[in-house]
Amino acid sequence: MNRATLMFGVLLALALPLSLLAGRVWLDPASTPNATIILAELRLPRAVLAMIVGGGLGAAGAAMQGYLRNPLADPGLFGIAPGAALGAVVALWFGYAASAWLLPLFALVGAGGAMALLAAIAGRTGGIALFTLAGLMVASLAGALTALAISMAPNAFAMSEIVLWLNGALTDRSWREVWIAAPLVTLGVVLLWRTGRSLDALTLGEPVARSLGIDTSKLLWLLILGIGLTVGASVAVAGIIGFVGLIVPHLVRPLTDRRPSQLIVPSALAGALLVLVADSVVRVLPLVTELRLGIALSLLGAPFFLCLLIRMRRGLA
Amino acid sequence: MTLSAQYLSLAGRLEAASCALEKGGITAICGPNGAGKSSLLQILAGLLETDAGEVTLDGESLASLESRAKRLGYLPQAPEIAWDVTVRSVVELGRIPHRDAATAPVEAAIAAMDLAGYESRRAQALSGGEQARVLLARVLAGEPEWILADEPLAALDIGHQQALIGHLKREARAGRGVVLVLHDLAMAMNHADRVLVLDEGRLVADAGPAEALSSERIAEVWGVETRWLGEEGARALAHA
Repeated sequence: MNRATLMFGVLLALALPLSLLAGRVWLDPASTPNATIILAELRLPRAVLAMIVGGGLGAAGAAMQGYLRNPLADPGLFGIAPGAALGAVVALWFGYAASAWLLPLFALVGAGGAMALLAAIAGRTGGIALFTLAGLMVASLAGALTALAISMAPNAFAMSEIVLWLNGALTDRSWREVWIAAPLVTLGVVLLWRTGRSLDALTLGEPVARSLGIDTSKLLWLLILGIGLTVGASVAVAGIIGFVGLIVPHLVRPLTDRRPSQLIVPSALAGALLVLVADSVVRVLPLVTELRLGIALSLLGAPFFLCLLIRMRRGLA
Repeated sequence: MTLSAQYLSLAGRLEAASCALEKGGITAICGPNGAGKSSLLQILAGLLETDAGEVTLDGESLASLESRAKRLGYLPQAPEIAWDVTVRSVVELGRIPHRDAATAPVEAAIAAMDLAGYESRRAQALSGGEQARVLLARVLAGEPEWILADEPLAALDIGHQQALIGHLKREARAGRGVVLVLHDLAMAMNHADRVLVLDEGRLVADAGPAEALSSERIAEVWGVETRWLGEEGARALAHA
């Protein structure tokens, strides 16, 4: 276990109880009526889901940056999140979202479709450039179809529902979403964790990695599966929550020895912490309607990204 | 104990040829830019597939050889270190094929490349010559039977060039196979036991250095009139 894993593990353990108590109404377990029910049925599943979603996105971002050897890479580049979003939008468009299981199911099918398309285009050769381009095209196609669905929405209600859903949130989530996401994200994080050694080898470039016996096409498959499961399941239960996969590995990297393998587990923990804290903050903010978590994280993420670019520009100049 | 490539060809880059390399000496691959030197080295390392034929290591096909990564160490021409990792982390990557964390070979490689005291420095922040030594130390840490290096001397000053070639010679004397792509013909002449000359994808010579790199051959392949000065083992190439 490295220093960063320990640090984010401890912070997460401290943040979880605070997050359970935090909200528009702060909970006092001793005096608040129905405190046990509120905790067990509302706040605990929401907090657990925040950690699952954040953990999956953080690990996916760390693996993605390691694979592309680029600190600006984001798991969204693979087109899996837009694919999952498209699936969910289709469910909303046809009004299937009234049934609680159908929306996540459609989103998972969308993520699976994006993964299959990626694998069909780029999976056999395993080239990084081809793969990135294929991911961008899948993302662009899914984005265009989503925009088409919004513009041709059957009624104003469906349209606003779609737009609202696309700005991810954890409002009104229950244990059902936890049971959908937990096994998929856990499996995805384990697959990504297993790519660590190969990602370390890639530090010296693809030919060297192959000469060290790394099977680069197997690595690509593991990544598609791992990122597909983590990101696909996250979008299925929470909608699009951007920037976590980009920011978290950056925050964590200076605390590690910078080997990609050492970044995956602490990034999962830090992602869980970030989404948990961000979701608690949007609950506490005194606004008329709760700020959507996806919007809040983008509001935080975009300036962060700009600072990063400015710092990099200084470094390059 | 041979690494042999037979009838290899690579569309547009290399014509069919056959060569069998022996351990215990330095084999240099020479030729003008674009002759196919790096491609040949990558084929020997099992990293490029040929249209036909196969590369074998002691009679076993490289394509299906599980132990390839343990037995062949490959160093590409362009150095690449993607993350700001330490020198020790880079050298330790050489142990990946062995799936162990043995420290003795890593320490030995660090010492052999004169990198003691550099272990915790960031590899990206080092000079080109220092990085070249770090990357070669990574190859040595894997204790391969064969070292296949593409222009390992290119970024080094003359002192480190001499030290590195001396080290590779010792590795060869100790029974390893060393195959180097070399642009510096004097280096090949003075230090290689055998030289392969490539010209536009054709293997035009496979012989000892005196024969493979004769003035006539250099004129024919490189199109430059030259003559060798000095004595055997310390020759220099001068324009005629």
